[in-house]
Amino acid sequence: MKFAVIVFPGSNCDHDAYHATKHVLGQDAEFVWHKDTTLKGADVVILPGGFSYGDYLRTGAIAQFSPVMTAVREFAGSGGPILGICNGFQVLCEAKLLPGALLRNKDLKFHCEHVGVRVEQTSTPFTNRASAGQVLKLPIAHGEGNYFADQVTLEQLESSGRVIFRYCDNGGRIADEANPNGSLNGIAGICNDRRNVVGLMPHPERACESALGSEDGLVLFDSVVASLASSGALMA
Amino acid sequence: MRARVFVTLKPSVFDPQGRTIAESLHSMGYVGISDVRQGKYFELELDAPSADQARELASDVASRVLANPVIESYRIEIG
Repeated sequence: MKFAVIVFPGSNCDHDAYHATKHVLGQDAEFVWHKDTTLKGADVVILPGGFSYGDYLRTGAIAQFSPVMTAVREFAGSGGPILGICNGFQVLCEAKLLPGALLRNKDLKFHCEHVGVRVEQTSTPFTNRASAGQVLKLPIAHGEGNYFADQVTLEQLESSGRVIFRYCDNGGRIADEANPNGSLNGIAGICNDRRNVVGLMPHPERACESALGSEDGLVLFDSVVASLASSGALMA
Repeated sequence: MRARVFVTLKPSVFDPQGRTIAESLHSMGYVGISDVRQGKYFELELDAPSADQARELASDVASRVLANPVIESYRIEIG
């Protein structure tokens, strides 16, 4: 199975994602430059964290127009699994592959810490090996992770089970004190209508080895491997 | 021709930077400033034969790139 890690100018978690998928997971992985027009035959696409285009204009705003995004849109349209992490989540929102937007953190501070993240839904390619209600210990590192959507969109996300991750305390409780950035409904990650595109602000790729303080992020990558294996993509 | 594009957060979107500026002004002793909203300002130099066409071009750019309609609205001045 092959992972494509998209590299925009200013991406800085691309190597983390590559390391997690290639060396920890033992899968094939390849960097794909933002000017490339194909995904090099990848089965899974990761939009990594960082500061694409220096966060100029808005986070993820310029990256949505990169040449590679045409291929990413087509991949999304064909049902291919896409994971947007941190800045990758912001890019997916700007590209309209996911609804809503990420605003400046409510307290205006850049948060760099491990937080509790509750898995709300397991019916996505990136959470099928997790259990509903499972609490993951994942690092966050962002200044603009405050998820916002208009009321109608928010209600649609909630009623259709498209809120995939929420910030929580160690006991799995959703509370304002456990919400690091002011996200509506404590939202840390969502998926699209078809459920193949998932975006989240926390960094699962930085939590795949005990030496890094947590292995809880591995379940996202194990899930997509299992998902593709069961769908027969590995036979190709 | 020059287009000036003002991008602001929609009223329904909380603006923590504006709030912090307002609180700072209050702590400096300013009175009569009930709120501050921070936005962005762009100047576009355009090759357009008429003001209407300049506005149309600026509007296209503003809605597609300069503003994110999920959270922001924009206003354009020509000339």
